[in-house]
Amino acid sequence: MTTAREYDAIVIGGGHNGLVNAAYLGKAGLNTLVLERRHLVGGATVTEELFPGYKYSVASYVVSLLRPEIIRDLQLPRHGLEILPLESTITPLPNGDYLGRWADHDQTRRDLYRHSPKDAEAYDDFGTLMYQLAWAVKPILGMIPPNPISPSIRDLRTMLKLGGHLRNLTETQFHALFKLMTMSSADFLDEWFESEVLKATMSASGIIGTFLGPRSPGTAYVLLHHYLGEIDGAFRAWGFAKGGNGMVAESIASAARSHSVEIRTEAAVDHVLTRNGRAVGVVLESGEEIRAKTIISGLDPKLTFLKLLEPNDLPDDFLDSIRKYRIRGSSGKVNLSLSELPDFTCLPGVGPHLRGAISVSPSVEYLERAYDDAKYGAFSRRPYLDVVIPSMIDPGMAPAGRHVMSIFVQYAPFHLKGGWTDTQREAFGDTVIDTLAEYAPNLKDVILHRQVMTPLDLQEEMGLTEGNIFHGDLSLNQLFFFRPTTAWSQYRTPVRNFYQCGSGTHPGGGVCGAPGRHAALEILKDLKR
Amino acid sequence: MSASSYDLTHEHEYHAIRSAAGLIDISPLYKYRICGSDAETLADRVVTRDITKLAVGQVCYTPWCDSDGKVRDDGTLHRLADSDFRLTSAEPTLLWLHENAEGLKVEIKEETEQVGALALQGPRSLNILNEITDGALAELRYFHVMQTQIEGISVHISRTGYTGDLGYEIWVDASDAVPLWDTIFRNGVKHGLAPAGLLALDIVRVEAGLLLIDVDYMPAHRAVIESRKSSPFELGLGWTVSLDKRNYVGRTALREEQSRPTEWEFRGLEIDWLSLEDAYAEVDLPPQIPGMTLRESVPVYAEEEQVGYATSRSWSPTVKKYLALAHLQAKYAKIGTELKIEITVEHQRRTAIARVAKTPFFNPARKRATFDVVRTP
Repeated sequence: MTTAREYDAIVIGGGHNGLVNAAYLGKAGLNTLVLERRHLVGGATVTEELFPGYKYSVASYVVSLLRPEIIRDLQLPRHGLEILPLESTITPLPNGDYLGRWADHDQTRRDLYRHSPKDAEAYDDFGTLMYQLAWAVKPILGMIPPNPISPSIRDLRTMLKLGGHLRNLTETQFHALFKLMTMSSADFLDEWFESEVLKATMSASGIIGTFLGPRSPGTAYVLLHHYLGEIDGAFRAWGFAKGGNGMVAESIASAARSHSVEIRTEAAVDHVLTRNGRAVGVVLESGEEIRAKTIISGLDPKLTFLKLLEPNDLPDDFLDSIRKYRIRGSSGKVNLSLSELPDFTCLPGVGPHLRGAISVSPSVEYLERAYDDAKYGAFSRRPYLDVVIPSMIDPGMAPAGRHVMSIFVQYAPFHLKGGWTDTQREAFGDTVIDTLAEYAPNLKDVILHRQVMTPLDLQEEMGLTEGNIFHGDLSLNQLFFFRPTTAWSQYRTPVRNFYQCGSGTHPGGGVCGAPGRHAALEILKDLKR
Repeated sequence: MSASSYDLTHEHEYHAIRSAAGLIDISPLYKYRICGSDAETLADRVVTRDITKLAVGQVCYTPWCDSDGKVRDDGTLHRLADSDFRLTSAEPTLLWLHENAEGLKVEIKEETEQVGALALQGPRSLNILNEITDGALAELRYFHVMQTQIEGISVHISRTGYTGDLGYEIWVDASDAVPLWDTIFRNGVKHGLAPAGLLALDIVRVEAGLLLIDVDYMPAHRAVIESRKSSPFELGLGWTVSLDKRNYVGRTALREEQSRPTEWEFRGLEIDWLSLEDAYAEVDLPPQIPGMTLRESVPVYAEEEQVGYATSRSWSPTVKKYLALAHLQAKYAKIGTELKIEITVEHQRRTAIARVAKTPFFNPARKRATFDVVRTP
């Protein structure tokens, strides 16, 4: 069965990057089709009403690095994107105290001061330095990575530009940047702060989505990512999408449709059709064959090259590098419907702290021990949790007076000893609830529904290999011109007319959209459009 | 946080400071106590002035710099005893003091929350305090500090302030701060004492030519770009920089800077009234004068070229002039130089003539006067 019509472009996977890619191609006038396996678009960026009236941001749950140029180019606010601020982070402590970081600078200072007067000052100095470094590094996010092995003229120009940016750094800043690239977040933060709870909560942002602990080298770099979001924060691109994270995908899909992009759901692609080293179309699992001049995969590198293509389609060394590409699942998700708000021992009652993030990260040792469990094949007995209550920010997420809670959990290794079973999933869910209930004792009594997502579930439902939320570890050896491999970091692949646009390409994971946009720009360049 | 004004408008508060007395809550200042056998060494190591010359009972105003000789903050340093100093600052400074105290025998204690501070400023301030302390206060010289009691409340009184007028700052245990405020008020009302907030203070400090952190300069450690930083020389604080004293933070850079001509100066500007009148006359209006200090930076020109920027502007009800504090390229900073400052007249940008002027704009003799006898009102 072949669909008679030939498209200019087919995008495989309706995740946010695939949609961004399609929207840009459609905007440039290409006849574009998006094929999504599930019944709804968004990939890991979805809102689902699993229980009537309760909407879950099932997987990704906040917007941090969504590129402002994408918001502008695709006019996303017109298509329903509304980002509400998540202004605070509190870290409750076992002794009933807490650390709060708030929208008000002085309030944050006073809170830090309680834990360490020195840290209260160092925090500002740290912020200034990270701001400077983020500013220096930020252009990299917007660059097409140059090929450092056999650079083209354009690559040389990019490298010069990059060098120019870094040359503006002072000696101290350059040294700090080098430390960020090489050190563990715990070691890096030790140079600045003395308070355990502050170091732990900050280093947590360095381990999210990775199979690394706060004491693993290379994790410091991700701290910088946090501050990159802060620079964009001036445009209010950091926060919570009204209607849940699915609205990010829905708004991009709506923008794409406005550019005549066709989006088909429940249309799983089985493989890409190739002829003489060129991609010419796709075959759906239903057997339907659809032809197109250009095929783009928004899936992760493993699925893109090892599932959609035959090994014969690809050079051996390339296949080898994709097989070695590290994509380790380390996190899970628990979503809850609540009859009442959780009551935290450290801050009893309803308050502004429930409108922000709640981080269970009392000490660096706590996080490292959580990682130790995962290293040896168990989920953390006491995991790191990043909790938000979306219904506090957007009342439309739950029936009036009721609430939904999103709990990001780390660590949950994909390769669990004995494998993930229904029993193990529930045990994992119980551990998460037990952990949070230590800080909010009423929690167990107010839970109406619970959804537990293990890394295996993330793989099976969302199509994330091993449940890795970033389409591959965000470690230095897999970033920039190494993402996903050196010779093929510019969104092209060894198969002509076949492109990649997922988070497995530069600049990587998070609800960012840049891979989708960059890939579209490269495709349009190749097509001389 | 201090009040902007205690009344709906601050005009009365301003005049109280200049013609009677105003009481200002300056408790939000950061306060640190530096004690121990190396206290002098630490104090001398961090600030630009020579602290070995600061006698017990003396206070000095001083900036302090980072190692590149750029100003981090400015404040007062009180020598309460041989090895006991109090430092006041606008920015938190505890960490920085600790970093510079490595290896020294000192105890650094933050007392921001434990010590309240009230500024009693204006020509009647001495009369008010005289009635509630013993007469020794009259002998307290400008920039000196003494320990005494105000109706049983133990206090330090320093003859310092941010108004450029006769005035005192009173340092008190936080638990006694409210009773102290009440006591001063009970005795001050007959002298025309009024509580004064930050809006009034902002006008008098411009008249006094005193700079304000975050408005007239950015603390070096908060600046994300180099050009936002200023050296003491660029802030008109060259007089506070001792280049010969023992090594201190920033000395190398400051010596190097001092050896070449300064690029920037911090100066007063007097905006020419007639030129202001002319600009407004074009739209049939009399000059519109701000009732408070304006803190937006505006460009200053020589002919068509921008040669500086004014960071604070205020109408002075006392000297009856429209004043500004401005950063100027050195060759345009000579007193009397005629420049132009940007003004906005009915939504349109214009310029008015502004002349470089000496600060303080207002400098009454009573500020530094010595009083041998207790004056009676």
